[in-house]
Amino acid sequence: MDKIEKDLLKKIADIEETPMGAYNIRENGKGISRNTTANIDIVTKQDKPGIDIIVKANTKNESVHIPVILTQGGFNDVVYNDFYIGENADIVIVAGCGIHNNSCETAEHDGIHSFHLEKGARVKYIEKHYGEGEGSGDKILNPQTIVNLQDGAYMEMETVQIEGVTSTVRETKAELGKDSSLVISERIMTSGKQTAKTIFEVALNGENSSVHVASRSVAKNESSQEFISKVDGNTKCFGHVECDAIIMDNAKVLSDPKIVANHIDASLIHEAAIGKIAGEQLIKLMTLGLTEKEAEEQIISGFLK
Amino acid sequence: MLELKNISFSREKKQILKDINLNIDDKKLIVITGPNGSGKSTLAKIIMGIMQPDSGTILFDGKDITNMNITQRAKMGIGFAFQQPVKFKGLTVKDLIEISSGNQMKICDACDVLADVGLCAQEYINREVNSELSGGELKRIEIAMLAAKKSKLTIFDEPEAGIDLWSFNNLISVFEKMHKEIQGSIVIISHQERILNIADEIILLSNGKISDHGSREKILPQILNKGKACHKLEANITPENCDKGGKDNG
Repeated sequence: MDKIEKDLLKKIADIEETPMGAYNIRENGKGISRNTTANIDIVTKQDKPGIDIIVKANTKNESVHIPVILTQGGFNDVVYNDFYIGENADIVIVAGCGIHNNSCETAEHDGIHSFHLEKGARVKYIEKHYGEGEGSGDKILNPQTIVNLQDGAYMEMETVQIEGVTSTVRETKAELGKDSSLVISERIMTSGKQTAKTIFEVALNGENSSVHVASRSVAKNESSQEFISKVDGNTKCFGHVECDAIIMDNAKVLSDPKIVANHIDASLIHEAAIGKIAGEQLIKLMTLGLTEKEAEEQIISGFLK
Repeated sequence: MLELKNISFSREKKQILKDINLNIDDKKLIVITGPNGSGKSTLAKIIMGIMQPDSGTILFDGKDITNMNITQRAKMGIGFAFQQPVKFKGLTVKDLIEISSGNQMKICDACDVLADVGLCAQEYINREVNSELSGGELKRIEIAMLAAKKSKLTIFDEPEAGIDLWSFNNLISVFEKMHKEIQGSIVIISHQERILNIADEIILLSNGKISDHGSREKILPQILNKGKACHKLEANITPENCDKGGKDNG
């Protein structure tokens, strides 16, 4: 693995060499390295590109890393990864895609991840997206996440896209069973003429299910962002969607939230705010000795932390 | 340390500060007091560089800082605690204390600073400084930041506003400790007698002018006597005679 590939892996999965536990590293459409454990199996799909990750019931304190790196322009990598998490397992999954595109052609990765959590299973899912490279070719990432939570399952999803992605459409669909919970934290920054669209669709089908979505984004320069969410409360349930955006320069941000209560005991909240950095925040940090530019950077990095 | 020469400031045809001349010496604890609207906060913001005077000169350690921006003044050693603390989504108490100290402060020292303002460090150090904190908590964090900054000149704009009684006593201790340890000057804008009681000097501002400036021993009795006279006057006005007074005047 050369330096570019190692740097990409570090950026998206925080790994220097081969990670601990189960992993599958994919580069330019091919699996290049894999490890399985006694409790976690990784099987190549036969009908389409991708893998099945099968986690045995009651597996605890293990992790799976499945980073993808693209270093070739003119390449569209579509991959289907299915996660089957057994009853009462409790694991961490680290995914993400890094593109290094030095060409004038587009490099694109569309990852379709489906999660099937059995009763009482718990997953922390971390997904980072990053683009770099001197070429004029676009760097496109269109991740889809499909979540199916059985009774009492819990999934925490952290998604981050901070730099370098020309365009992205990020789609998350979830169906929640009884007593299950989904917590999503999204961080996005766009600059230049980049575009980012996020779509969340969550169906709270099981009694006492809950979802909490917190999206924070910063739109700079001429970039544009869309945040679309729809939470259906179909039974006694709780849903909270919170989206905050800082808008700068000539950027555009659209927030289109929907909460739909189909049951008398569905309790749903949506909070949305878009605005520039408050002048008093800059002044406060300047009184502590930061320049205006440093204060702006500090506010943004804190906001996206 | 700080010298203001002929500082004037007007907005919307109203003169808020009129030809202010003031010297603040090293290692002094000075309280600026006066009625609402007398120009106290404006004066403090002009010293920090948040507002620019229409005329006049500001010298800090002998250097003309009139045209310097906020950052330059902060780096020279001026600190400012806001009357209404600013909230930040994402920045934690730890972040702000680190920035205040110029990233010079160890985590245990940051915890000490929080303890001084009556906050349990373990509970607060990683909390975001956002609207989930109460006004009193935000105020204490604001004061902790200034304690961490260790400025040569620290200005507190009505630090007691929003502070409950329990932390008010601690607040006095914080000022006394800062004064002793930092060996800088502290300027506090306040109406509170207990804060006036710890001042080396008191400056009385009214209608945009310094109407008196001197030692606490000299100024405080005058203010208190004047205050008592006002209270006495208020106590003598009952709803009945107030109405009567109104009719008489009418």
